[in-house]
Amino acid sequence: MHVAAETITTPQITEIIDLVKKIYGFDFSSYTKASLKRRVTRIMQLKRLQFYDLKHVLVNDKGFFQHFLEEVTVNVTEMFRDPSFYRAFNEQVIPYLSSYQHTKIWCAGCSSGEEAYSLAILLNQAGLRKKAFIYGTDINTECLKEARKGIYSLRKIKSYAENYQMAGLAGSITDHFTIMYDAASIHAELKQNTLFSVHNLVSDNVFNEFQLISCRNVFIYFEIELQERILDLFYKSLAPLGFLCLGSKETIRSDSFRKKFKVINQKENIYQKIGS
Amino acid sequence: MALDPYIIERWRKSDLLLLGGSAGSFKPIYSAVKAFPKNLDKAVLIVIHRKKNFFSEIEKLFAESSRMSLREVSDKDVIKNNTVYIAPANYHTLIEKDRSFSLDVSDAVWYSKPSIDVAFDSASDIYCEKCTAVLFSGANPDGAEGLFKLRKNGALTIAQNPLEAEMPEMPQSAINMEAAQYVLNTKEILELFQL
Repeated sequence: MHVAAETITTPQITEIIDLVKKIYGFDFSSYTKASLKRRVTRIMQLKRLQFYDLKHVLVNDKGFFQHFLEEVTVNVTEMFRDPSFYRAFNEQVIPYLSSYQHTKIWCAGCSSGEEAYSLAILLNQAGLRKKAFIYGTDINTECLKEARKGIYSLRKIKSYAENYQMAGLAGSITDHFTIMYDAASIHAELKQNTLFSVHNLVSDNVFNEFQLISCRNVFIYFEIELQERILDLFYKSLAPLGFLCLGSKETIRSDSFRKKFKVINQKENIYQKIGS
Repeated sequence: MALDPYIIERWRKSDLLLLGGSAGSFKPIYSAVKAFPKNLDKAVLIVIHRKKNFFSEIEKLFAESSRMSLREVSDKDVIKNNTVYIAPANYHTLIEKDRSFSLDVSDAVWYSKPSIDVAFDSASDIYCEKCTAVLFSGANPDGAEGLFKLRKNGALTIAQNPLEAEMPEMPQSAINMEAAQYVLNTKEILELFQL
């Protein structure tokens, strides 16, 4: 008979969370448990570890922790994911940004940089590249290295071509890359006004004032209370009338925050800070 | 074949109904949605494989023919009774301990996002025996492993008869790993939903 793969229990997950917090200072206690459980189970399967072994390597092997962190934080991303969002962005947000002297953008939870560069391409096409600056942050240092390089496999770039077309942008996605063999390197001019650095949304604070914050498909991994704590961080980090872009399935639910943000696009979850 | 009292009892005890399928599953799932009474007294989650970026007409069609209220899952939606939920494209749909949904964009499973395995697996942890799941037609084995976990945790598990399914591989995979307690034709499945 078929045997189900080994899975981790909820108390065991709690034990792992405590361990990681004590040793490495990363707090996963307010991450959604179902997906955390799924990914820890995946690590155990891939590495053929029993629960006891997992604890042992987490305690004794720093290198393993780096790997653990990469697997546990989901780093799947696409350029121009949800093309309809980018269309809405072009129509409803770009006109505002054009009227500003200078635009600072925070791409929170930027992973390997695909979304930050998607925004850079959009701003470039709107003629705003030189007066905009994009800060990309993530907790994962390995991903940030990838983001700084801005080099992606040609296979990946090709898979983003459909998104690009559907976002209604001129030309083709490869226009923004230099292709070398099977790799595509984002044009240097698009990298110019970007900075990628470590920031943990769970534990770090306001570090600048922004005209726009994009944090898409990050909230889905957080429980509601943590989401609200981070909404507060975003609110404080936004300039008056600054924009907040969440993922297309992530809505602002709490009444207190609904009063602080005006809905610009309901379907794409684009908001604008109101009040001060 | 008449449905046995055991299956009826298990069905009535369920708080959640899971419907999974891929190629060839639209028709039977659509007829199920059409057949649900207004007060099914359960929540329903539908996980159908679909392509990202194409706003399929699925929601619209379903909503027009459903007597129950119907919506696409949004992150942290609390699961309500007498509501049909549809797993969105390009996300995995999971269920949390407080019976709410959470979404996940991690890698596709069996080339599919939403994956039926992922949804079924997480439901099995939370709903245990208070759950009925049906795996319909499809051309890959996604969902079989999830159905197996559901069965292991006490859920009522059903596979569409592969002889009747447009694409038999999905229900057949479940049958092969003994994940399905019952193998039924669509007609019988719809009959159960009326009880």
